[in-house]
Parts: sequence; C-alpha cells; structure tokens
Amino acid sequence: MQVPILKQGSNLIASIQSSLTDTDLCQLRDALVEQVGRFRAKGLIVDVTALDVMDSFAVRTLRDLAHMTRLRGAETVIVGIQPEVAFAMVQLGLMLKGIVTALDLEEGLAFLDARSRAGDGHA
Amino acid sequence: MAKDDRAAGAGTRAAELANVSVESTVALLRELVAHLRQQRTVLREEWARRITEARLLTAMSEEEVFAEATSVYDNYVEALETGTFEALQAYARDLSERIIPRGVETHEVVGIVLLLRDVLARSLFAKYREDFAKLNRILDAYEPAANSIANTVAVGFVQERERVIRQQQEAIRELSTPVLQVRERLLILPIIGVIDPQRARQLTEQLLRAIRTNRAKVVVIDITGVAAMDKAVANHLVQTVEASRLLGATVIVTGLSPEIAQTLVTIGVDLSEMATVGDLQGGIEEAERLLGYKVTDLHEMTQPQPS
Repeated sequence: MQVPILKQGSNLIASIQSSLTDTDLCQLRDALVEQVGRFRAKGLIVDVTALDVMDSFAVRTLRDLAHMTRLRGAETVIVGIQPEVAFAMVQLGLMLKGIVTALDLEEGLAFLDARSRAGDGHA
Repeated sequence: MAKDDRAAGAGTRAAELANVSVESTVALLRELVAHLRQQRTVLREEWARRITEARLLTAMSEEEVFAEATSVYDNYVEALETGTFEALQAYARDLSERIIPRGVETHEVVGIVLLLRDVLARSLFAKYREDFAKLNRILDAYEPAANSIANTVAVGFVQERERVIRQQQEAIRELSTPVLQVRERLLILPIIGVIDPQRARQLTEQLLRAIRTNRAKVVVIDITGVAAMDKAVANHLVQTVEASRLLGATVIVTGLSPEIAQTLVTIGVDLSEMATVGDLQGGIEEAERLLGYKVTDLHEMTQPQPS
C-alpha cells in the first residue's frame, strides 16, 4: 500500500489511508526522510486519522521518522490520532515524547505556519 | 405379649398420623385460610395496631399503613391458599417501589411481615387452644408457608432497593462527568467526588471524545472537588494528560488540595509533564493566554480620558 506524499508550500503531507504493514511503514519512513531533503521541506505532517490501531512498531517508526526529519531540517507533526488510539497508546506507555501532535491536518498546518513565521521573525 | 401389642398399636398410630398429616396439609391450609378470611377485619386491625405500637413505617400515615396492611393481608392469605408466590412477589415489588422513595428501611418491612406472622399465629393459638394435636398440625402447615412468604417479601424489597441503588449510581456516573466548553477551543472538566478506576476511565474517554468534537486546544481539569487520590488514579490522570496531548490539546490541572499535593509527592508520581495552576481561575487565565485571548476591564476602557 503506497502512501501518497503531497507537497504544500514548504511542507510535505503524508496521509495514511489504510492500515499499513511494518514493511509499508519502513518504506514510508525512508521515502519521507529522503523527500524532506529533496523538496527542502521545513515541515512534515503525517495524518493517521484512518488508523484504528497503532502498535508499538508503528509508534516507534513514527518517532524515529520525526527524529530523522528533524536532523534533516524539517519538523514533523503527527495529526489525527483517534481518541481510543491515544488512550491505548498511553496505557501501553507509547508516549511519543518530544514529538508534536495536533488534532487534525488544519491544526498541524497552523502549527507549522506559526513556527515558520516565528523563524522568519528571528532571521 | 401385651407389650408387643402396645408397641404395634403405637407404630400404627404414628403411621396413621404421618399419613393424615401428608393428606391433610392441603385441607388444613384450606381451613386456615377460611379462618383468616373470616377473622379478616379483627386480625387486620390487630396487625395495624401492632405496627403502630412497634413504631414501624413511621414515614407513612396511619391510614396509609392500614390501607397497605389490608392489601398485604389479602395477598398474604392468597399466597397461603394457592401456595404460589408470583402475585405476592409482584405486589412486594410494587409496594417496595412506592415506599422506598419515602425512606422505609429494610428492617421495617421485615418487621411488619414478621408481625403479621405473629398475629396470625396468635389467633391460631386462640382458636385451637382446646385441641392441641390439631394446633400442632395447623402450625406445621402454616409455618413453612408463612416463612416463605416473609422471605419472598423481604427479598423482593431488598432486590428493589438494590435496583434503585444501581440506577442512582448510574445516574451519578452520568451526571458527574460533564465536559464544558467555556470558550472557543477551551474545555473545562470539573471532577467532583471519589474517583475509582472505572470512573477515571470513563472521564478520560469522555474528555478525549470532547476534545475531538469541540476541536479543543486547551483543557482545564479542575480537581478541587476531589478529596483524595491514590497512585493508580494519579497515574491515570497523567495518562489522560498525555493522551490529550496526542490529540493536540494542552491540559492544565487546577485545584490540587494540599493533601493531594502531599500524597502525590510522597508516593512519587511523575508529574513533571503536567502543567498545574493553583485554582480554576488561574487555570482559565493561563488557558486564555495560551489561546491568545486577552481579558480587559470595560470600565477602564470607557473611562473619560483626561483632556
């Protein structure tokens, strides 16, 4: 299952449409880390609204992805975690510490916009 | 020889007696019921008098007690007659439903049924005083039936009470977890009372769902009304904060009492990730700041400018 990666301004958006196998997840991670550099993206949004389950492998892969893209100059925001999924995650101790999360795509974009504007101000 | 005869005679008599008792339980009960029907007015009054005397059912007026006594009496006699308890059970349930809201206690209900049993037993004593053997047989027939009736009524009452309690618990649970929106994207979750693991779980579920539907960015959880908190609940609170963050909402916890603050530090719950503010007002102000609101006093703004 291929995950479409869209470019929107200086951000990349990966919208996961159905549950992914571990291999799919790794492929998605590799593709995103590569494309963040290629498109010189400042931000990356991973939309997981369609996921009803997030196991420890998925959470770890997303966390690694966020850390990797940060090293390559892009901030990752995970958006659209379902309430049930969120609760299950914290019960399993999968906290996504240090990684930005937002309610949905709109919120995620707003966060990245605010962040880039603050960055412009500094520059 | 004579001794043998006597022994044989006694054996036969005993067998006859046993036979008679088996055969005539039904007949005896019928006789009993006829007696109780005939004496209805007297016994019912006697019973109502004893209820008042024993200070039972004080929540009800004398007329009400008498009216209820009459229907209980009739149902009682009917149960004795038919030997089936369905009608009595239904009546007991119905009665319980009416009297529980008025604060009638279990001991009162059991008390009045036992009183009726005593009153009827006394009247049987009076009637069969002359014929001791018959009295014995009548009581043999009466007592098991009377005991099952008392049992049925008491169990019916307790069951109804338990049902009411369950219903109320459910209602409290529903009522006790309101998630309120006080501003665009700002939710308040006041928690009042004891939090047990089940309620904590329900709270979290409701909050997470509310964050999603209201698109909340900041949530203020106020625990002023929580008297005590143990490690499990504290950890659950931390999990709730963390889960809310996964949905993109910041949680501010307010109103930690000195006792809870001490407990949390003593038992060593990791609260480093949790934003806490002293009281609800401070929490809302902090939330407004996070959301970019600024509250200003209109009077100050409309005051005439010095010219």
